[in-house]
Amino acid sequence: MGKTLYDKVYDRHVVYQGEDQPSILYIDLHLIHEVTSPQAFEGLRMNNRVVSRPDRTVATMDHSIPTTDRSLPFRDEVAKKQVKTLEENCREFGIQLFDLESENQGIVHVIAPELGITQPGQTIVCGDSHTSTHGAFGALAFGIGTSEVEHVLATQTLKQDKAKTLAINIMGELPKGTSAKDLILSIIGKYGHDFATGHVIEYRGEVIQNLTMEERMTVCNMSIEMGGRAGLIQPDEVTFNYLKDKQYAPKGEQWEEALSEWRLLYTDDDAVFDQIVEFDASEVVPQVTWGTNPGQGAGITDVVPSPEDLPISQRKAAEKALQYMGLQSGTPFDSIKLDKVFIGSCTNSRIEDLRKAAKIVSGYKVTDSLHALVVPGSQTVKRQAEEEGLDQVFIKAGFDWRESGCSMCLGMNEDIVLEGERCASTSNRNFEGRQGKGARTHLVSPEMAAAAAIKGHFVDVRNWVTKEREEVGS
Amino acid sequence: MIEPFTSFTGTAVPLDVDNVDTDAIIPKQFLKRTERTGYGQFLFFDWRFENGKERQDFILNQDRYQGASVLLARKNFGCGSSREHAPWALSDYGFRVIIAPSFADIFYNNCFKNGILPIVLSEADVDMLFQRTNEKRGYQLSVDLESQRVIDSHGFEAYFEVTPYRKRLLQKGLDEIGSTLEFKDKIKSFEEKHRIYYRIDRNEKASI
Repeated sequence: MGKTLYDKVYDRHVVYQGEDQPSILYIDLHLIHEVTSPQAFEGLRMNNRVVSRPDRTVATMDHSIPTTDRSLPFRDEVAKKQVKTLEENCREFGIQLFDLESENQGIVHVIAPELGITQPGQTIVCGDSHTSTHGAFGALAFGIGTSEVEHVLATQTLKQDKAKTLAINIMGELPKGTSAKDLILSIIGKYGHDFATGHVIEYRGEVIQNLTMEERMTVCNMSIEMGGRAGLIQPDEVTFNYLKDKQYAPKGEQWEEALSEWRLLYTDDDAVFDQIVEFDASEVVPQVTWGTNPGQGAGITDVVPSPEDLPISQRKAAEKALQYMGLQSGTPFDSIKLDKVFIGSCTNSRIEDLRKAAKIVSGYKVTDSLHALVVPGSQTVKRQAEEEGLDQVFIKAGFDWRESGCSMCLGMNEDIVLEGERCASTSNRNFEGRQGKGARTHLVSPEMAAAAAIKGHFVDVRNWVTKEREEVGS
Repeated sequence: MIEPFTSFTGTAVPLDVDNVDTDAIIPKQFLKRTERTGYGQFLFFDWRFENGKERQDFILNQDRYQGASVLLARKNFGCGSSREHAPWALSDYGFRVIIAPSFADIFYNNCFKNGILPIVLSEADVDMLFQRTNEKRGYQLSVDLESQRVIDSHGFEAYFEVTPYRKRLLQKGLDEIGSTLEFKDKIKSFEEKHRIYYRIDRNEKASI
């Protein structure tokens, strides 16, 4: 019997398989950040242990840092201490840190791919559930808790049972005016918030093959939002072209050797998945979530659902969600007024996301009553956007243009949505209180968020009339 | 060191909400701390408190559930963020057992590292336990990890699955890192054969 892509990557990393216990799995790349690592380093110190492979550990600070002017002092003393602790830990244990001064700083799941550190066939972990993002490269990547962060620091391995496998075959064609974000939100909406629990998902089919690397990252990023342990996409020419010449990608002879290895990373024709579903992408319309989990969403042309119209098992949760969200059943999505718009997060803060949003925004102005901000995923994304003049498009339209970080996705810094406020967000979670206590989050694509900022309410971007860049400021 | 888990009896409290995420279990404003302890006071913070006062409509605040140590929950408990602060908060508050029809993977795994036993029972069994907890004041559940059973004193009995490794982890309070480090030589010889195509130099500012 053939092997799935997951089997191949997993099997290549088994150091030891004992009886009645999980495998000891080798970890190729360990990404760390300030929030989920301090207790792990403390554990090492308490037990007189060292970091096994500092050269396979990469750190940055992204979650609790401000996105405002970096020359100003940190106002949050507790966050400042956390960031300082990461600096000290990296210094003590010899770990490469992309700190706030670094031109490579950014959201951990944005910088590792753009630096070429994330590569096909690797095992990648991080104390962060959106580590699934890196699966877009055909790497087995998943989030872990702090105890496991400590385990990986000390041993460069993890104890792992094998997961079940789920193939999502995506057929048809993604319609014009829809995006990778709409695709993944539609999938989660159709199958549910916990559909993939216990499974590693492989996204397959022509639609996936036609996505760019950044779009594939958006899809894999949200695997965890349907419970998936990881999301995978078979690496191909798109992957290799993206990686070629990246700072940490192999060069010359090594590149050729790597390529010949990476080309073997595919699911064999006779491999068997535990579960297979088929999804028709031609059904996808721009999505807006109405509830408090990413599976509670609908198309922009729909209305806010009535719990009675949903399956019995979902009704109670829907009622609670609608109450929290302050929404009436039957309300058309394009009549929902917004207070904030956030374009950013590890789901949608890369250069292509910003280009798409800027194209919508160009020549328009943000509605007066609304606060909109763009938070690039990394300093590299920010620099590139500025070279292309995208920052000016946003600034002239009335957006705040910020420094890179996780920002309003989880509101650990000052970028929060206030109680009762409604936010169109390109992030990944619409949980109660996620963006701030009592905050109401609607998940959308960058294009949908940009258009909503201009109109002050949701609109169908498929009907958007774009203006030429020259008209900016006129 | 985590207290070994063999058998346990405690008062149950029913949290009748689907898809409870770790943001709800421990909101982000408490993740800036660098300690591993003291999170119990922040457990379910936004549901538990309003303007600094306890909300009487939240189940954990009700008199009859004070001192509860068995949490009854609904499907997909612990979904979302990987923050281990969630089991730290539950454990620090006093929970040692969580019973639900399903758990999110990362949270489920994190529980075992912190002396909490997450138990998956069928929807029907969980429904029955919710009903009994609502009907009987001071309703208690007993768990025996060795025989993998949950029982009450009114004839309820259910078997649950747990892998032998995780069972040992809880029973013995195993030092996982220590036991993996016993395979140090195997890891080293694996590394010698295993190719990695990126190269990160050690932090030059390192003090060691």
